Amino acid sequence: MNIGEFQTDRSPSGQKAAMETPLLDVRDLSLRIAGNETPLIRDVSFSVRPGERVGIVGESGCGKTMTGLSILRLLPPIGIAASGQVLFEGEDLFALSPGGLRAVRGRDIAMIFQEPMSALDPVFTVGEQIAEAYRAHFAASATEARARAMDALARVGIPAPDKRYFDYPHQLSGGMRQRVMIAMALICSPKLLIADEPTTALDVTVQSQITDLLRDISERTGTALLFITHDLGVVAETCTRVITMYAGEVVEDAPVDDILLAPRHPYTSGLLRSLPGLSPRRGKLPFIPGRVPSLAAMPVGCRFRERCSHAVPACEVYQRMEPVGPMHSTRCGRAGELSLMGAVH
Amino acid sequence: MSVQDLRIEFPTRDRSQTVKAVDGVDFEVLRGETLGIIGESGSGKTTLGRALVSLVKPVSGRVLHGGTDLAILRGRELRRVRADYQIVFQDPNAALNPRMTILDSIIEPAEILGHGNDASRRRDGLDMLAQVGLALEVAGRYPHELSGGQKQRVNIARVLTVRPKVIVCDEVVAALDVSIRGSILNLFADLQRSFDLTYVFITHDISVVSHISDRIGVTYLGKLMELGPAEDVIDRPLHPYSQALLSAEPLPLPSNLRPTRRIILQGEIPSPLAPPSGCRFRTRCPIAEAKCAEEVPQWRQVRNGHWAACHFAREDGHSATGANCNDQKGGSNEDAE
Repeated sequence: MNIGEFQTDRSPSGQKAAMETPLLDVRDLSLRIAGNETPLIRDVSFSVRPGERVGIVGESGCGKTMTGLSILRLLPPIGIAASGQVLFEGEDLFALSPGGLRAVRGRDIAMIFQEPMSALDPVFTVGEQIAEAYRAHFAASATEARARAMDALARVGIPAPDKRYFDYPHQLSGGMRQRVMIAMALICSPKLLIADEPTTALDVTVQSQITDLLRDISERTGTALLFITHDLGVVAETCTRVITMYAGEVVEDAPVDDILLAPRHPYTSGLLRSLPGLSPRRGKLPFIPGRVPSLAAMPVGCRFRERCSHAVPACEVYQRMEPVGPMHSTRCGRAGELSLMGAVH
Repeated sequence: MSVQDLRIEFPTRDRSQTVKAVDGVDFEVLRGETLGIIGESGSGKTTLGRALVSLVKPVSGRVLHGGTDLAILRGRELRRVRADYQIVFQDPNAALNPRMTILDSIIEPAEILGHGNDASRRRDGLDMLAQVGLALEVAGRYPHELSGGQKQRVNIARVLTVRPKVIVCDEVVAALDVSIRGSILNLFADLQRSFDLTYVFITHDISVVSHISDRIGVTYLGKLMELGPAEDVIDRPLHPYSQALLSAEPLPLPSNLRPTRRIILQGEIPSPLAPPSGCRFRTRCPIAEAKCAEEVPQWRQVRNGHWAACHFAREDGHSATGANCNDQKGGSNEDAE
């Protein structure tokens, strides 16, 4: 079954009333630097259903990585105060004991990062590291764990897995290392894989191999994917739904095709229109004026309003996420009256 | 500018092997054009860019600047000619001294070259600051007070003070956020008109290169695979590598507008220490044959002004081998069936 097609089915009652219970449900996640009034991440809420592939896009500093890390409580323990709930299958990960959290990490929720070299231990073979991830959660003999690790290497498309098992990380190329990370993440058959910019350090021809692999694995095994990236093209090719973040807030949440055709938040529209591939060759490129405000200079109300060409005085009050269509919501009070340009003119 | 059979090698640390970073490249940079050079990591594009402004010495071959080979010039004469050929790098921070004010950084090149006097250099520096769209009060600030985009503007102002003819731009927008890239690329286009500049734009980003270039060269493992007018290279590429590279570019388009099938290349770029025999690309090429391992494909003009190094490249864009040919249906969309 093609999970992708299933996911884009429109539910007339909208997102809130989706029949399935979400696999991951982030509710009003806020992060504050100790002693700072303005939250770094403010009221981030979104959900991921079983088997769904959701992209989080945004530029540097928008909070997408912080959001991904806080789901598994991987943020530094001091200096940052988190509030809100991260429900995984109904259980609040923020309320778990360290032991309970360890049982979830790597088992139910796995995570891969941009730079595989910093996530792999240089003094162990890649095979041993994958097997170790398995034995951390299952009572398996060394032989069984090894067999499973080799099988995992084969499943992520590494040729001659029985030989590569004994390679050290430095012996592999960047693309192969990222495949090893994916094998390690998948060895325990997690229900959710969080991938933070997994292809950013890779060349474009290798990037397409990895995104195809992640999509295939998700379709075949039903593993849900939370794909964090700055690249809207990568999201379009990998995910079924996309969440746009700006300055620590979710500003839009919609199926990929809807957001590309008809974004409802001026920031999403601006981001799409900034892509050079979508403008006539040699013509003037659209861009978003100004820069992301620093925490100290964060505007009250809509955080985007100082860079927004549609801003009006009403934008100076706090903007809520409001539904604007089936499975589509946005944090812009003017969404109803604006007609914004998407990727296709 | 004319590049003739350029070869650049670097020894490995133990000096037992050499990396052929650029391995026999021929092309010309035409006055007033924007030549885009595209390639993946390890393709030699950065080394090539550095060689164009004589920051690295070729092992053999020549880079002629208006007919002059910089390698034979010395001292004052070298500095004078070389000033016409400037480079802007990827990392806007690395190129600016954190302890110098912006204005001091901007006028430093002119100072080294002994242009004018202190007052005229300062006047010119402030003028350039305005030219690149920065407010005058930026002049007295330090690099850490500026955003990435502003710093890249300062780097551009800095090379403009010596009035170069050619600017090599090495991944100049790669470190910038997507939403502000457009403003920097627009600035490059405006400055090209007002200062009569020629650009060599080196990048791995296909959408950037296809937007700004008049002509595009595609590099792979130290060699040019293809060079031609931008429209032709993007819409009707001749080389199987260019075809695969273009089809791998993730497009932010809704599913019904996206090409249904892409050419997925196997494996990754081989080590430049031991490049494959014959055609460099043959180990990943979907249409490679025995011939490709034996013979290095000739660098030949397949269409008017459109060069490629592939045995099977033909004028209509189809490869000679029927079974695997890649049908070009306009756009950068391809059908690999």
